[in-house]
Amino acid sequence: MALDNLTAATAVELVSELQTRRLSATELTQSCLNRIAAVNPRLNAVITVCEEQALREAAEADLMLQRGDGGPLTGLPLLHKDIFCTRGVATTCSSKMLENFVPPYDATVVSRLRAAGTVMLGKTNMDEFAMGSSTETSAFGVTRNPWNTDCVPGGSSGGAAAAVAAGFAPLSTGTDTGGSIRQPASLCGITGLKPTYGRVSRLGIIAFASSLDQAGPMTRTAEDAALMLQVMSGVDPGDSTSADVEVPDFRSQMGDSIQGLRIGIPQQYFSQSLDARVAQTIQAALDELVQEGAELVDIDLPHTEQGIATYYIIAPAEASANLSRYDGVRFGYRCEAPKDLADLYERSRTEGFGDEVKRRILVGTYALSAGFYDAYFKKAQQVRRLISQDFKHAFEHCDVIAGPAAPGVAFGLGSKTQDPLAMYLEDIYTLSVNLAGLPGMSVPAGLIDDMPVGLQLIGRAFDEATLLRAAHRFQLRTDHHRIRPTLAEVGS
Amino acid sequence: MNWEVVMGLEVHLQLATESKIFSGAANQFGARPNEQACAVDLGMPGMLPVLNAQAVRYAVMFGLGVGATIGKRSVFDRKNYFYPDLPKGYQVSQFFEPIVCEGLFEVPMADGSLFPVRITRAHLEEDAGKSVHDAYAGQTGIDLNRAGTPLLEIVTEPDFRTAEQAVAYLKSLHSLATYLGISDGNMAEGSMRCDINVSLRPQGSETYGTRTEIKNVNSFRFVERAIAVEAERQRDILEAGGEVTQETRLYDADRNETRSMRSKEVANDYRYFPEPDLLPILLDDHYIEAIRAELPELPGAKRSRFIDTYALNDYDASLLVDSRAMADYFETATAISKAPKLTANWILGDLAAALNRAALDITASPVSAEALAGLILRVADETLSSKLAKQVFDGLWQNEGSADAIIEARGLKQVTDTGAIEAMVQQVIDDHPGQVAQYQAADEGKQKKLLGFFVGQVMKASQGQANPQRLNALLKDMLAKR
Repeated sequence: MALDNLTAATAVELVSELQTRRLSATELTQSCLNRIAAVNPRLNAVITVCEEQALREAAEADLMLQRGDGGPLTGLPLLHKDIFCTRGVATTCSSKMLENFVPPYDATVVSRLRAAGTVMLGKTNMDEFAMGSSTETSAFGVTRNPWNTDCVPGGSSGGAAAAVAAGFAPLSTGTDTGGSIRQPASLCGITGLKPTYGRVSRLGIIAFASSLDQAGPMTRTAEDAALMLQVMSGVDPGDSTSADVEVPDFRSQMGDSIQGLRIGIPQQYFSQSLDARVAQTIQAALDELVQEGAELVDIDLPHTEQGIATYYIIAPAEASANLSRYDGVRFGYRCEAPKDLADLYERSRTEGFGDEVKRRILVGTYALSAGFYDAYFKKAQQVRRLISQDFKHAFEHCDVIAGPAAPGVAFGLGSKTQDPLAMYLEDIYTLSVNLAGLPGMSVPAGLIDDMPVGLQLIGRAFDEATLLRAAHRFQLRTDHHRIRPTLAEVGS
Repeated sequence: MNWEVVMGLEVHLQLATESKIFSGAANQFGARPNEQACAVDLGMPGMLPVLNAQAVRYAVMFGLGVGATIGKRSVFDRKNYFYPDLPKGYQVSQFFEPIVCEGLFEVPMADGSLFPVRITRAHLEEDAGKSVHDAYAGQTGIDLNRAGTPLLEIVTEPDFRTAEQAVAYLKSLHSLATYLGISDGNMAEGSMRCDINVSLRPQGSETYGTRTEIKNVNSFRFVERAIAVEAERQRDILEAGGEVTQETRLYDADRNETRSMRSKEVANDYRYFPEPDLLPILLDDHYIEAIRAELPELPGAKRSRFIDTYALNDYDASLLVDSRAMADYFETATAISKAPKLTANWILGDLAAALNRAALDITASPVSAEALAGLILRVADETLSSKLAKQVFDGLWQNEGSADAIIEARGLKQVTDTGAIEAMVQQVIDDHPGQVAQYQAADEGKQKKLLGFFVGQVMKASQGQANPQRLNALLKDMLAKR
């Protein structure tokens, strides 16, 4: 073993070890499985471990590597958020509703990563049906933040963020509907990228809000994110909303200078609701980017505040329909001894869904009801267009927009569960990006009282390459992304 | 009071695409339950719809066929309701922006006139599955083979006043759909289903009365009957001073009555909103015009051409163009027989009757257009009398070979040789002196009756093969000579 600490290594470092045969995929996989076995009981980041399957896949990867016909990701272990359908492996969306659901198919993202030679270690915990910002709505218990196990990891991809931060795997998939990759990445001190809507296929990802959902990589570095995004991206004939847009070679441009890159700073992202120390940390990160040659430009995103209301109409409305298929008739949870059809529907859904999911179904159903459609859903769609316009105008003056990914650091478990609105505010800086369909990224920017803070970078549609380049230049200058939580060292 | 019945129709037409509207599963009738439903049709988690281009093409063909405007931008919406045979809990349909917009469709009526029907819209949607209530005692089975079958829902303005108009429209629609090849139009298998909106108003009134919607009436005959019983039911209510309740009603063919399915108070709020999993359908002129250029000749145009080219009457032309197969059969046969009217008569008469008796479609006719034309040629050149021709037709039906071969084999050639007939007439006159005397003594009226006796005798002698016209002329002539 050439690397002293496999669980802290980046994917790029590991690839080099694997390709040169200094490290076998089996060794690496076993070390990840050991790490999960030792630390996961304290975090509950992973809810399904596929030990046998992972070792089998690792052995296959080793054969390929020996023959010298492995791809760029061959032998790399990864975890999938439990929202991605995985053939033959339980896919629950962290809901009682799908506790026993084993899909007979892989999501496109899963099959692409599988075809690239990655080794699937298991499935990560999440907020139920991706509805939440703390991974506390999971039907299978909360996930704890590896930096402080009394705090949440963020959500909904909290299991994925905690797992990557805790050294379970160098890579995890996540999905982001309103911030579900970027906010937990920020709270767990990892790198998370939500691509442009349409960049990555949604086929086989259990839908929350179809016009907002997007899958992306959750990794330790921007370089690793580029490595993974390369495989995940590209048009899929099975997803009509996936975009037939050329996928650039993300890594080839990463080392390029950001001299003259104009970074837009929206005043709305630095208002009084932002924690002052977070603001300072972000400012310090921006200073680093300026040192790299970037210019800061003040920009205006006037409808930022309306983003929350807009999002909390559109996302629940779409979800209310997307979740109608969980009716107890064909698959998923069915109540005991229903007395008639109405009882079957009512009790299966009442018992199978958690409170937050039910809250959103109710809100969404209400917003679409006869007599309310124009006032809510239609108006929200109009505001959504205004928000897109805001970004379009802003990008006339800058190349990248920067700000915080979340209003604060990780908060205490249970501290916001009784106040949905406070929880919803967690996504104030991220959800407009989904409404506009743009790519967004969170990169570690430093610690406040030993808890990580993420810098958010937002790009033009299909310009992930510029985000990745800016993030990479930042990571070349700084070592925030290298600092691992203390817990990680305890368990290794 | 005199009541006017006002009706608008909604037709669900299943499109005969290879695969389903949003999945790759085969789109055929009659497979074993749930063997023709894939993960998309089952509404499995993570599955997404992909629009079938053939369904779009068929919808545009239909729109052009009914003279409607094609929506250059149309959008799918989700129609939300819970039902066990609706796997996703919503139906993907087009609510706000349909693919086919307003049109004017001219329907030929029995009297040869054209009845204009305003088409409101036609939109694409997916069919639901089927609940099977009689297969398991106390339980309901779900068959999702039909889920995802492409449907075109065609909606008219309330332009119909009689059941006859409604049925004529439905027949025209059926004919158009089969001409275009976009649907098999099989009503018994549910390929074409009809909902009828019925209301009554006092004759001369400008406003509409409260309507009821009669669901899923699945034959032309039932359409007629359902309208009659529903109009009568509403008339009884109104004349007793009551009010019609706006509701959905089901026609029960066995009891010939309509009965309430659900009233408006408990009607679903479908919460339509744009389907985010599908992009809007954007069609340009080039696409639409290319389809227009490839449209086959449609029933209306064909009917006019048959009247002009073949000098057929309105009625025959309408019947012949009713199906594309029948019209093609006619044209093939006429090309050989060169006798359009005679050919039309044979197709609509003896052939139609025989097919009807055998419950066969013209596409399965044992007598080909070429074979029938061979028979008609022999009728036209007087080789066959109409009576002999029927025997030859039977031979053709029994597959005994061509008309000429049957004439030869059965010895059915009509005797037109004057000399041979003359000899037979002479023999009959010689054999029946009494009857001859009676004939010659009779007045003109009586002679006509008596002539029949001699015709019969000669026909008998000729074994039915004497040319009747020649025989008549010769008989009259020779009897008069005496």
